[in-house]
Amino acid sequence: MKTVIPMKQQHSRKAFVVLAAALALLPHALGQGRGGAPAGPPPTAKALAPFDLSGYWVSVVTEDWRYRMVPPAKGDFQAMPMNADGLKVANAWDPAKDEAAGNQCMYYGAPALLRIPGNLHITWQDDQTLKIDTDAGTQTRILHFGGWKSPGGERSWQGDTTATWEVPRGRGPQPVPAPYGALKTVTTNLKAGYLRKNGVPYSENAILTEYYDVIKGVDGNPWLVVTGMVEDPQYLRMTLITSTNFKKIASASGWDPSPCSARW
Amino acid sequence: MLGAVALAIAATGRPAFAEVDLSGDWVAYGHEDPMERGGGPYAVDYIGLPLNEQGRERALLYTASQIAEPERQCLYYTSQYLVGGPFGFKMWTDTEPINGRTIAWHISGTNDRAPITIWMDGRPEPSKYALHPIGGWASGKWDGDTLAVKETHIKAGYLRRNGAPLSDQAAITFHFIRHGNLLTIISETVDPVYLTEPYVLSRNYMLGTQPIRPVDTPCVPGYEGQEPGTVPHYLPGKNPSIDEVSKMYNLPLEVVLGGAETLYPDYRKKLKDKYVAPAKCPANCGYGAFETNASQ
Repeated sequence: MKTVIPMKQQHSRKAFVVLAAALALLPHALGQGRGGAPAGPPPTAKALAPFDLSGYWVSVVTEDWRYRMVPPAKGDFQAMPMNADGLKVANAWDPAKDEAAGNQCMYYGAPALLRIPGNLHITWQDDQTLKIDTDAGTQTRILHFGGWKSPGGERSWQGDTTATWEVPRGRGPQPVPAPYGALKTVTTNLKAGYLRKNGVPYSENAILTEYYDVIKGVDGNPWLVVTGMVEDPQYLRMTLITSTNFKKIASASGWDPSPCSARW
Repeated sequence: MLGAVALAIAATGRPAFAEVDLSGDWVAYGHEDPMERGGGPYAVDYIGLPLNEQGRERALLYTASQIAEPERQCLYYTSQYLVGGPFGFKMWTDTEPINGRTIAWHISGTNDRAPITIWMDGRPEPSKYALHPIGGWASGKWDGDTLAVKETHIKAGYLRRNGAPLSDQAAITFHFIRHGNLLTIISETVDPVYLTEPYVLSRNYMLGTQPIRPVDTPCVPGYEGQEPGTVPHYLPGKNPSIDEVSKMYNLPLEVVLGGAETLYPDYRKKLKDKYVAPAKCPANCGYGAFETNASQ
């Protein structure tokens, strides 16, 4: 006697067969299987990049204007989560002393650099290294991909930065470039400096973690949003979190290098 | 359907869906714009707003007594207040019971701000003549792992809690980006009536452990001493607070009154030889910062 299979169940069986066939083909489609040929070298950071960071970006200062576009008054510390030690250092701020000591760049270290209004020029130094030049303070940040380790040694305003793409993961080779994702960086080995121009301090043990996200604006123009988190138990009672907005511009027309200044 | 999913996996080597879970109780971090996001801005402080002349003039007619009028009491609390105000929020979904798809994301209303519903089911935008409720009308779609939301039909209200206006022609695009326990919301407000260019903000929230009430105190108009028949206002050119911030912080009046030119680094060149920082912080100098949620 022939068994009658309801139509709905027939469709389910067909779907199961298609699924099984697709899964059986999966290792071939992915170019590797257990015991198959080894995968090639991992893609470089430049090849994997889910979005194009290279080019010129300009700060659009809609946030914290009074603390960023002009130097705030001494003692204007609103919203800076300092502890008592941090407050003591901040109250002792004296730009003349910084100038005399050759420390005009204390506000231009990595934890504050991108908060300073200005232009960024981002380029690939090589396939595993991204470079960010700023016209404000004429600083350069180097972001190292590929499992790079900080050699330590002498501290600097921009510190040592490791970079990874936060991209979707799955079995087998991943699409190159990644279809979406973000750039995560971690910066250490910093020289002590300022989080705000008027002397709000961070110590040399501060750790800066950043996420770089690119979105498409309403007019189709890309925006770069860099969210920075500064951890510094020496001077902060909690992690300082800010995010800074940049609009992509077509050319270097706004590029206007200026030296570090302790007063402007 | 199953075959299509399997083939999508085989073709790309990754799941076909990129959504991330945004549900949870998100605590606001007030490390930026502390006055605007805290106790409130100065009466005339449009710094950082790309206002046009019309927006500036409208803002200067405003007096806080307007908020005593029942019909205006809730106008601070449009969806713009999600990124303009100090509060955290709860996010959760409505899920279709058969196929498990997300029908909508909800953002709780918090301390007066109206709740926001983000429709994910592709329903069409209402007619432009449809009701403009205080919470607007929002639809969303995933762009990779970012939730992109467009909000329209916003009730005319305020861009800042000092009368800087937001028209009912405005649209706000929100991008919700999650990195671990960090959520960043980027808003881009376009208002052809009062702004010369998009007003972009980014705000940060951390996933909290304390539950935030999904429905908090709504803005309910009531009698606050303002008798019907009058609209409190300043006449053009008569706002007594116009130069308060300018004098306190030694800033040119054109900075205080906002404008797109003042948002860009080039503008610093205009200020460099004129600006002298106040000798000491004149007011609101506290070094604290808040992390808050709707329950606080």
